[in-house]
Amino acid sequence: MPVIEAGDHRVWRRRDRAEQLRNWLIWLVGTALFIVCWRFISERTIWIFVLDAPQQAWDMAVRMSNPPMGYFNRILQPMWDTVNMATIGTLIAIAIATPVAFLAASNTTPSVYFVRPVALAIIVTSRSINALIWALLLVLVVGPGLLAGIIAIALRSIGFIGKLLYEAIEEIDETQVEAIRATGAQPTQVLSYGIWPQVLPAFAGISVYRWDINIREATILGLVGAGGIGVQLQASVNSLAWGQVSVIFMAILVTVVFSEWVSAKVRHAVL
Amino acid sequence: MLQIDNLTMRYPTGDLALDDVSVAVERGQVIALIGPSGAGKSTLIRCVNRLVQPSAGAIRLGGEDIVKMGVGDLRRARRRMGMIFQEYALVERLSVMENVLSGQLGYVGFWRSLLRRFPQPAVDEAFRLLGRVGLDHMVDKRADALSGGQRQRVGIARALIQNPDILLVDEPTASLDPKTSRQIMRLIVELCHERGLAAIINIHDVPLAMMFVERIVGLRAGRIVYDGPPKGLTDQRLTEIYGEEDWSGTRAEDDEDEPPAHRKVAAAVGPPELQKAAGA
Repeated sequence: MPVIEAGDHRVWRRRDRAEQLRNWLIWLVGTALFIVCWRFISERTIWIFVLDAPQQAWDMAVRMSNPPMGYFNRILQPMWDTVNMATIGTLIAIAIATPVAFLAASNTTPSVYFVRPVALAIIVTSRSINALIWALLLVLVVGPGLLAGIIAIALRSIGFIGKLLYEAIEEIDETQVEAIRATGAQPTQVLSYGIWPQVLPAFAGISVYRWDINIREATILGLVGAGGIGVQLQASVNSLAWGQVSVIFMAILVTVVFSEWVSAKVRHAVL
Repeated sequence: MLQIDNLTMRYPTGDLALDDVSVAVERGQVIALIGPSGAGKSTLIRCVNRLVQPSAGAIRLGGEDIVKMGVGDLRRARRRMGMIFQEYALVERLSVMENVLSGQLGYVGFWRSLLRRFPQPAVDEAFRLLGRVGLDHMVDKRADALSGGQRQRVGIARALIQNPDILLVDEPTASLDPKTSRQIMRLIVELCHERGLAAIINIHDVPLAMMFVERIVGLRAGRIVYDGPPKGLTDQRLTEIYGEEDWSGTRAEDDEDEPPAHRKVAAAVGPPELQKAAGA
């Protein structure tokens, strides 16, 4: 207890002596570990390259400045493809993830021992593999292009949407569900009247949030050949056309800001 | 009409919530169920519509034993029992009208209810009931925009649109201020008399219960320890139900000239007066 008797009054401390000692020890070990790691990284770094990093960065900035604005017209189509890839992928993911979430939530699953583990396995599998890696595999399976990108995005998003949605389903107010059940409603009606209205805001929020993330992810899937603006980006980098790279960056920035705006609007509208 | 025989409920945790309870409720009879927290009041009414599954005993509403019913029969039996909840249990994000019409779900198919295409007679009845509980100007409001008293009125309308034979009422006033509590109790009792509805009302507020109902059932630790008129609820009886306490002032001081409120309500049942009484 951190209360110490000292004559006629009692002194209160946040920690007692043992706790204080342990606290110092944790800090000491942490600092030592940091220094060791620092040395390790330092030994494996070629410092000559790092020393002229400001010079290199400045060089690149100079080459990227003065972008050829005419190039903008040529990336409109790939940019539009990118947005579509993200949107269609998200829609597919929503269509699959919503039933999976209801099967995974412990209060709506038809069977805790059989169906729920399967649904959870689907969610975990989908979540554990990045969209870029899905795309890498899918380019080999379905060939390069938008389709591989759409499926990659859908596969990655199922887990994301499924997990957040089933957590939202598990947090609903059960008395509202009971009240609907008490009227003699069928299970499907209990779902549509008692449960769905309660998870609707979460559903909308999660969906647009994932769509927002997917637009950003879709911009890099082209690097492995899955279509979209990434294809142009890689071509420009490979041909050292830094002006074009900066046009692409600007296009991506504008698109991402737009998607942020849309998702903020949607979330506001549903709440 | 409602016949509960030897009802026993033991939760999986081992707690014995109801111990061999038998009660009969006649058509049109309003009874108050009193008792300390944990006495099994909520469990009892939840057993009646089987929101919880009793361990043993029989419950009959007219005919068949509800305890043994299959899924389909149970749904049909639930339509005849309207339930009113302590925290209103409205679906917060649906409108007042949708909440009231959700009382019709037992009668309407899935697609019609999903598309909100309720039969016109049901919609007419919903408007009538909302008028009766004094909320006709709130039809399109969302349930979460209403005050406590208004929400409970929506809850009452939702229970009544089922056209039930009995109301199961779980602490209808526990979340309301004293004035609203009285208005809500009066409204429930009035509506029961109007429609010849039986009701079981769980209630903590003993004076309020004594004011409005003709029969009181006292539960203690899952057993019935009192069953009789409010008048018979002496200090000694209250001690039996709740434990030792100074009970003076609990009972409305025996004013013999003043008829109890439930009789006044029953006497006043005539449409014009009711309209006035329901206002506020």
